[in-house]
Amino acid sequence: MNLPGKLAIAAVIAAGIGGLAFWYLTAPGRIDAEAAAVLGTGDAARGERIFWAGGCTSCHARPKSEGEALLQLVGGVQLETAFGTFVAPNISPDVNDGIGAWSQEDFANAMLKGVSPSGRHYYPAFPYASYARMKPADVADLYAFMKTLPAVAGRAPDHTLSFPFSFRRGIGLWKLLYLDDAPVIAMAEGTPENVLLGRYLVEGPGHCGECHTPRNIAGGTDKGQWLAGAIAAEGDGVTPNTTSGEGGIGDWSEGDIASYLETGFTPDFDSVGGSMVEVQKNIARLTPEDRAAIAAYLKAVPPRPNGYPARPSTQAPSD
Amino acid sequence: MKKFVIAVSAIALATTAAFADVIADRQAVMKENGKQVGVLVKMVQGEADFDAAAVMAALTKLNENVQAIDVAASFPPGSDKGDTTASPKIWEDMAGFQAEVDKFKAATAEAAAAPAQSLEALKPQVAAIGQRCSSCHETFRIKKD
Repeated sequence: MNLPGKLAIAAVIAAGIGGLAFWYLTAPGRIDAEAAAVLGTGDAARGERIFWAGGCTSCHARPKSEGEALLQLVGGVQLETAFGTFVAPNISPDVNDGIGAWSQEDFANAMLKGVSPSGRHYYPAFPYASYARMKPADVADLYAFMKTLPAVAGRAPDHTLSFPFSFRRGIGLWKLLYLDDAPVIAMAEGTPENVLLGRYLVEGPGHCGECHTPRNIAGGTDKGQWLAGAIAAEGDGVTPNTTSGEGGIGDWSEGDIASYLETGFTPDFDSVGGSMVEVQKNIARLTPEDRAAIAAYLKAVPPRPNGYPARPSTQAPSD
Repeated sequence: MKKFVIAVSAIALATTAAFADVIADRQAVMKENGKQVGVLVKMVQGEADFDAAAVMAALTKLNENVQAIDVAASFPPGSDKGDTTASPKIWEDMAGFQAEVDKFKAATAEAAAAPAQSLEALKPQVAAIGQRCSSCHETFRIKKD
């Protein structure tokens, strides 16, 4: 055989190995038996706190729902991003259209591994990259609480994404890079309990970093600019810098932050706006201790300058 | 050609300048609203003592400001450009924006007509007003910095 022929065969073999390696590396991974055993039996009452901390309704309730309607998680909210349009699915306990047929382990796999009961990757628009940091017991409690919600029939339309993002298997590579259950901000021994609680709420269920941290070209959050604010992934404008760095909230006291999360008023009595409105309403349902913990953590994260460019303006910026 | 470019630039500048006043004015209204709301929020938060006279004064002033809002005059087409955080959605959905402003007017009118006489009564009044602030800002304002 001539050299080009040999090379071609070598290339095919290499591609084959590469393909196998890709297939192996990108396989949707489930939680192991040990982790499944740790889940235990959830408590619906405790799960309600996790439900509001997680902000499930912001995407999975119908837009602009209030009161009891907030608990009808029929899905349908559309997130228009650079990758395409993501549509939040029905996660009500409806057996056919929602997640009523899911086992607790199925639910934990979705939350912690971003994998569906049938073994497909979810897109990280569903913020499992944050939920992966949640305690298994909290996931079990959340599962128990969500079982108490009304079953609602109806399926949301599919995502409409552009190639290559339409290729789900590729998410496996993304997970290799960005799915990690370790805390983002390392804390020294002796860090006060409430700061650690705040870290858990912000980095885990609260998934604040998903919007408040800039993303790189592959769509992963840039941990070096954690919570430094970002150009909004969806819609116009920016998500503000919530560190104490330049442009951030260094001049807000812990009390100011907790009060904002409770009432929606900033220290200069401007109001919450944009998609933070729903988030703030959810956080307002937590305890004052939880809000104080979030505030304490935000004051403890490394200060960073704004994670987005200054707005082009010839005039002095106003608020 | 050069003259043409200069002329076009001048018009563009003039347009921006024309709206700069409108934008500055409406921002001043918002600042003033925030100031009055701040009087109330401080009491609710326990940073200031409840003071019925101060509540009445703040609600009255707030309501006067809000009733004076004229959407057509303050948000002319084109004034989404410039140093503003007004969302283009205002002009895409003028009726929806007007409806939000009308709800805001109704809320401040209701509060000003019966100013709270106790801290307990003030809390729901402030919450109702805050609800109107955030409801409008949810859709019609863009955070830019």
